[in-house]
Amino acid sequence: MTFIEALLQYEFLQKAMITAVMVGIICGVIGCFIILRGMSLMGDAISHAVLPGVAISYLLGINFLIGAVVTGLVTALGIGFVSQNSRIKNDTAIGIMFTSAFALGIILISFLRSSSDLYHILFGNVLAVRPSDMWMTVIIGLIVLGGIFFFYKELLISSFDPTMAQAYGLSTRWIHYGLMTLLTLVTVASLQTVGIILVVAMLITPAATAYLLTNRLSRMLFLAAGFGTFSAIVGLYFSFTYNLSSGASIVLVATTLFALVFVFSPRHGLMRHRKRKESTV
Amino acid sequence: MYALDVDRLTVSYFDTHALDDVSVRLPVASLIGIIGPNGAGKSTFLKAVLGLIPARIEQLRVLDQSLEAVRSRVAYVPQRSAIDWDFPVRVQDVVLMGCYPKLGLFKRPSKAQKVFAMECLERVGMSDHAERQIGELSGGQQQRVFLARALAQEAELLLLDEPFVGIDVASEQMIIELLRTLRAEGRTIVVVHHDLHKAEDYFDTLMLLNKQLIAVGPPSDILTPEWLEPAYGLPLFERRKEGQG
Repeated sequence: MTFIEALLQYEFLQKAMITAVMVGIICGVIGCFIILRGMSLMGDAISHAVLPGVAISYLLGINFLIGAVVTGLVTALGIGFVSQNSRIKNDTAIGIMFTSAFALGIILISFLRSSSDLYHILFGNVLAVRPSDMWMTVIIGLIVLGGIFFFYKELLISSFDPTMAQAYGLSTRWIHYGLMTLLTLVTVASLQTVGIILVVAMLITPAATAYLLTNRLSRMLFLAAGFGTFSAIVGLYFSFTYNLSSGASIVLVATTLFALVFVFSPRHGLMRHRKRKESTV
Repeated sequence: MYALDVDRLTVSYFDTHALDDVSVRLPVASLIGIIGPNGAGKSTFLKAVLGLIPARIEQLRVLDQSLEAVRSRVAYVPQRSAIDWDFPVRVQDVVLMGCYPKLGLFKRPSKAQKVFAMECLERVGMSDHAERQIGELSGGQQQRVFLARALAQEAELLLLDEPFVGIDVASEQMIIELLRTLRAEGRTIVVVHHDLHKAEDYFDTLMLLNKQLIAVGPPSDILTPEWLEPAYGLPLFERRKEGQG
């Protein structure tokens, strides 16, 4: 049976596909702002910091979105507090806070019944997506895309020239924490598809690929969403056909796209770079 | 009316004062240079006045009003090093940002504002480069684009942080001519200037700073041993030779 036939026939695969595509789109879009603001490590940190929140939510029997947003934001605030109130540099503060949150999450998860829960949260299992998970992903996707649509101008200026943004009275602090909130939502939406460990790849790699191809932010957002979607679809195909981990397959497709663009991009590719260097010598 | 009326401004980092009890009044419709040695707090002064960093200040009037009332009419052009020149924006996108302060949340620039932004770009002689990515331009061209952004903002007070660093002489000349035109229109331009070179030629008023306000006044009064020596802590004559050489 081919992948297409299976896709038409099995509802679980359709749900997996819808979820994975949505995750590809929103990770790509949010990822653009993450890499342009030099916050890749922060993206990694927040995604890991979601783990204790998910565990606490399971233990308390509440929706795990709530716990995830709380621990994600507490970690972001903690990082800001440590780096602003001591000589500790930002990346060091990030390293301390997110590993602590992650370690706490692992301990909490061990109180839950099965260890397969932990495995699935860490590495994702898109083929086991329930309808409720799919709908949650779709709703998160709409929130994230809506947030970026309505605050596009503010996100652009606070990323490009935060001083001017502040000078005319924009609160760059609120924009930062707003973006961190969206990031925790995206991480939660990605749990089933790629898992906590690899979500940072979906944030950064498609966005970085797009960054090498265009000089316009609006185009970069669409390209990143496109690369995220393509990676999700092709990754899911490999995952289903050869029985591979869905998250890992999707990430490796994204990496392959990046490698191709890195070498062949007409504007910023390796070939062009080499040529330019030769011509200036 | 004063462009800036600052009463007792102090900025401290942990235990040391970056600016210590600075009170100054700067006139409107003039070109003002802030000079002083490295670490004198020149950029800090601009940032503190804009409320970008924590500061103690007795009273602050900007264009005879409170800062909040005039924020959108004050433009700030950052130091070159503060900008990521690889950022995916084109020249016209940067100029259009000048319209943002007047737009509320959720609003996009209108067609009229886009036309106006292009006119501002035309004024600095950069409309041929509208489609280029900002990092593809020379340092002088980049400064002109940021000035076009300040024009698009319809700013009455322009604060420029080291605009002449890393640009060629021709661009510098072009920019100073442009600043003179803006002054003639009644705008006030405050420039952080890192050396004394051409300071006399460029500015109507100089503000000499070294953590404290040393002196403020016309360049011919300020560029004298009496004031420069305490500010720079060096025998002045060597300095002046350096400046003219």
